[in-house]
Amino acid sequence: MADITLAHYLSVAAILFVFGVFGIFINRKNVITILMSIELILLSVNINLVAFSAFNGDLSGQVFSLFILTVAAAEAAIGLAILVIFFRNRGSISVDDINVMKG
Amino acid sequence: MVQSLFFYIFATITCLAGLMVVTARNPVHSVLFLILAFFNAAGLFILLGAEFLAMLLVVVYVGAVAVLFLFVVMMLDINYSELREGFQKYMPLGLGVAALLLAEILLTLFSQAELRSTTTATSDTHNTLELGRVLYTDYIYLFQLAGLILLVAMIGAITLTLRKRPGVRRQVITTQNNRTREESVAVVQVKSGEGVGGNG
Repeated sequence: MADITLAHYLSVAAILFVFGVFGIFINRKNVITILMSIELILLSVNINLVAFSAFNGDLSGQVFSLFILTVAAAEAAIGLAILVIFFRNRGSISVDDINVMKG
Repeated sequence: MVQSLFFYIFATITCLAGLMVVTARNPVHSVLFLILAFFNAAGLFILLGAEFLAMLLVVVYVGAVAVLFLFVVMMLDINYSELREGFQKYMPLGLGVAALLLAEILLTLFSQAELRSTTTATSDTHNTLELGRVLYTDYIYLFQLAGLILLVAMIGAITLTLRKRPGVRRQVITTQNNRTREESVAVVQVKSGEGVGGNG
């Protein structure tokens, strides 16, 4: 086994990012799974930032990762709250039913 | 050598758990796989020397966000098999886009020969201490702004989900305090053998 380089970490992040995008594509109707896919994408971005920060000896990447974590937590809370009131009003969470505001 | 072994273990489990998140039939299972992915990503962070972020990932993501997902998935009464109707239909398109994207990213990644590590950080202090030093000096305004974002998100989530249901008795303190003796207490002369009657 060779030494672990920056490219290894970036590959893991790339694979995770692609799985997130793939999840959004195949779960077109399920909003909960789409939100989880977005969490996966944010996690992969965090891995990227922390890997660059560690290999370049600069802590700014980890600080940015911290802020991404904050925003992701806020996004998940608001998204799930919207999901709960949508389910309360319509009785379903299918994306196809979310067309009231269609222009 | 041990480090690279652990890297491969964490990386493999993270990627497999990520794949299971998006393909699992039961949403509860996908949330649990999401938790597994977060734990292994925390392991990767520890290998990179970012202990504080690893701890934060476990505490914030696993402890708060994933549990929130779990609550919502279990609370909503949904027929999940109905939601998987388009699964087969979108599979070829999704696979094509995913393969294309992965190929592009990895090609870009490995065509950069000079991407190998420039300087490895060798600090004698803790990662948490270093991060705190940077966070509370250079990034103090951004840090406060992050707190503000969390406050707004909290207020937003509460106001969105709060509702006034009919038929639920609530305590209203002002009406409680505004009651007078005249409207709440009545002195009734009870004759013997008859009882208080209907309005007692």
